[in-house]
Amino acid sequence: MIAILDYKAGNQTSVLRALNFLNIEACITDKSETLMQADGVIFPGVGAAKQAMDRLTSQKQDELLKQLIEKKMPLLGICLGCQILLDYSEENNTKTLGILAGSCKKFNPDWTDGVDENNNPEKIRIPHMGWNTITIKRESPLLQNIQTGDSVYYVHSFYPKPQDSHLVLATSAYGEEFTAVFGYDGLWAVQFHPEKSGKTGLQLLKNFNAYCEKQRKI
Amino acid sequence: MNTHLCKRIIPCLDVRDGRLTKGIKFKNNIDIGDPVETAKKYYEEGADEIVFYDITASHEKRGIMLEVVEKVAKNIFIPFSVGGGINSVEDMRAVLLAGAEKVSINSAAVKNPHLIEEGAMAFGSQAIVVGMDVKQVEKTEKIPSGYEIVIHGGRTYCGIDAIAWAKECERLGAGELCVNSIDADGTKNGYEINLTRTICEAVQIPVIASGGAGKPEDLAEAVTKGKASAALVASIVHYGTYTIKDLKTFLKSHSITVRD
Repeated sequence: MIAILDYKAGNQTSVLRALNFLNIEACITDKSETLMQADGVIFPGVGAAKQAMDRLTSQKQDELLKQLIEKKMPLLGICLGCQILLDYSEENNTKTLGILAGSCKKFNPDWTDGVDENNNPEKIRIPHMGWNTITIKRESPLLQNIQTGDSVYYVHSFYPKPQDSHLVLATSAYGEEFTAVFGYDGLWAVQFHPEKSGKTGLQLLKNFNAYCEKQRKI
Repeated sequence: MNTHLCKRIIPCLDVRDGRLTKGIKFKNNIDIGDPVETAKKYYEEGADEIVFYDITASHEKRGIMLEVVEKVAKNIFIPFSVGGGINSVEDMRAVLLAGAEKVSINSAAVKNPHLIEEGAMAFGSQAIVVGMDVKQVEKTEKIPSGYEIVIHGGRTYCGIDAIAWAKECERLGAGELCVNSIDADGTKNGYEINLTRTICEAVQIPVIASGGAGKPEDLAEAVTKGKASAALVASIVHYGTYTIKDLKTFLKSHSITVRD
């Protein structure tokens, strides 16, 4: 069973619906026993880093997440849940969980993406909202049957920058190349929304569940 | 391979009492009045997002829309927004909890601009789309751009300049604007490009062009000359003239980045 950490994140029910659609047994919970006994945990998130951190620390869920990772519980952070696994976010200068080294940076409004009808570079709009392609940098069980060039749905103004470039599994480009997926086997973070990324996103969730089930059997 | 943010094509479905207002005819000639089935069909065809517009008149029947939203959310895994009849943060919450990604507010925002702010605070800017209905008028001191905000389907002039309003929406925390030209709407003569471009240049948030799509060239123009991030489509796809795929193939052949 996949447990989705309940900290009232905006997209937690969407993640649940996607898992249900895939016939993956799942629940939304804040109970540590349930989370500890799950095959894998999804850490969702939409909104601001500061509010999310406040909520997590006030409920001691930051500690719980660290315990889950210590226990080698497979974990998937999504969007804000991906960003706050790092040390720090430029969003309101927020100290975040620090589970993986790195920080979260704001898109630079002077960056350009594409050209207008006169071939002049166009400044990016922020948030980065909509579909963009990914480039796979490293093989991972999380990215099975997902290819470079597949599109995923994003909505964010900040992007993750893990310190260790070896952790970068896939990137996208918006003005500059940024990290789309990072982590190592069993601890993954994705900046886009797999629950809203059509078939590619569903495939990623399926891959996560398959990894969790395999781990359970070991 | 493209490495840019894709331009989006967004079909808009009008729903009344839980049914599509006009039966939608696909190329295989099946009339589908069911919004859930139609949304699924567009999802399969490659729509990037879907907009539902609830035109249910009676308050008692509003709950039906939430049931539609819940069913849609269980079946399609792309973002979709719901507009129409959303007048408070509570209305927004109900729609978002039912599974919509975004809410679209229009006249309610004109009447109470703080609703944008309250919605953005409660759910994040990404969840708040402001729909703007715009009519071209004579340039005056009050309406220097010559584009005025209207409500009630264009019957009521609000005395607000569309450009100033777009900036105000952005300042209040809207995550996106959907700019609908009442003059172009229903004409199939193309989007109001000057309006779209003027608004896009005035704000930094993404803008959806709406009203007037009749042929694939119109969409291309909206996202190039018009600088829009996305194009809303209705009858051009509802009556089977073009599929979403046809439109994307056309855009792609004009070097416009779209999602495959």
